[in-house]
Amino acid sequence: MNAAVNAVNTDPEPAVAPPFWLLAELTYRCPLHCPFCYNPVNFAAIKAELSTDDWIRVLREARELGSVQCGFSGGEPLGRDDLEILIREAHALGYYTNLLTSGVGLTEKRIAEFKRGGLDHIQLSFQDTTKQTNDFLSSTKTFDLKRKAAELIHKYDFEMVMNCVVHRLNIDHIDKIIEFALEIGAGYLELANAQYYSWALMNVDQLLPTREQVQRAEEVTQQYRERIGNRMRLLFVVPDYYETRPKRCVNGWGTTLFAVTPDGTAVPCHTARMLPGLKFPNVREMSVRDIWYHSEGFNHFRGTRWMQEPCRSCDERFSCLGGCRCQAYMLTRDVNAADPVCDKSPHHAVVTDMVARANQPRDPDAPRKPLVFRGAEESLAHGHDA
Amino acid sequence: MAKIEGPPAESPVTAASIPAIGHGFRLQWEKAQNAHVLLYAEGMVTLNGSAGAILSQCDGRKSAAEIAAELQHTYNQPDLGDDVLAFLRIAVDNKWVQLQ
Repeated sequence: MNAAVNAVNTDPEPAVAPPFWLLAELTYRCPLHCPFCYNPVNFAAIKAELSTDDWIRVLREARELGSVQCGFSGGEPLGRDDLEILIREAHALGYYTNLLTSGVGLTEKRIAEFKRGGLDHIQLSFQDTTKQTNDFLSSTKTFDLKRKAAELIHKYDFEMVMNCVVHRLNIDHIDKIIEFALEIGAGYLELANAQYYSWALMNVDQLLPTREQVQRAEEVTQQYRERIGNRMRLLFVVPDYYETRPKRCVNGWGTTLFAVTPDGTAVPCHTARMLPGLKFPNVREMSVRDIWYHSEGFNHFRGTRWMQEPCRSCDERFSCLGGCRCQAYMLTRDVNAADPVCDKSPHHAVVTDMVARANQPRDPDAPRKPLVFRGAEESLAHGHDA
Repeated sequence: MAKIEGPPAESPVTAASIPAIGHGFRLQWEKAQNAHVLLYAEGMVTLNGSAGAILSQCDGRKSAAEIAAELQHTYNQPDLGDDVLAFLRIAVDNKWVQLQ
């Protein structure tokens, strides 16, 4: 056994700090059909949503543990008519409360109630609301809806923060997206390339941009940064398939995020419930404290002791922590593999092959595989593949 | 006293400035951190003792001079005016506080 491997075997047990973020995925119901949605492909089979009382208990228990940030997301969280109650409770407990919404269903009555209840922050996502992704920018419906939501957000004195998922079909219009965000008075715009999980992975060939597209979009973003200064902050997130080192899974598995899915299954990252062989507890059956500190699902991939080669003896293992477990599983069918985004991974070619396909010239007249839009029927049809 | 590196001299904070916690920020005591923290969208700044003490006084009513006087009294310290101003300049720069 060589020295490096010996050294790995003595990696310390990771010290476990309280979860910083409680992500409450209140529902998988959503009026949109985004083909890059990260909700599980089989979401339609997951039906039993937690009750208001269950959520209140989760909020209390996570706060007692030391969580300070609470995000309400989904699906579309406005689909829950108890959102007002949950915001009020979260605020009273001392959370900084964040609402992650598409704005579909946002009314003045509701936003006024959120304000009264102490909601701190709204992140408005900006995406295609139609099934015609190619009409993305001509979809007046989308623009009108976002304008109305933005007006309400301003009127009730929330900072205007926008998030736009970027992909092959909209990335060439990034200037128009930035212009629109400026027009509606956003203080911050996150241009996040799609991450290829769940629905996005099914659609990767249609959604992964070319290297040239990514470079151009980055340049345009940089030009805007220089031109607009502090008026609006711009964040551009590159698709990680174009990187050679993987990103940490949610800042480190079991270090930061405690996510609760609509049926109460608790997971250390948004997409972890896809991983086979790991049991993720349900908040109906176990306390947040026990789940965070003592459950197999949260402990298994904490730190570095679970690793196999090439991660095990890699001197970068403490920075990337092996990358994303879901990506490793989706692309290699081995949950313990190195994230294949890493060019030290023996499976790295899976990623470079997808990138090569994305960068091949395409015959505009050739028949194209249709995009799979997120929807209940599609979920039932494709759920078993995921 | 030691020079604190702060924003450029045009920073508008003076002894008469009236600071309040910045829009989008929330100051609170966190048991888990055993410290005052500033919470903001998706983030948190954990404050050291003196930063927490100064920000706790930023109520949008008291001036910087009054805050310094209050802290001198509470902590039985000699003149804290320059320290308070130096910190407030950093805080304004980070948008932790805004001037009324």
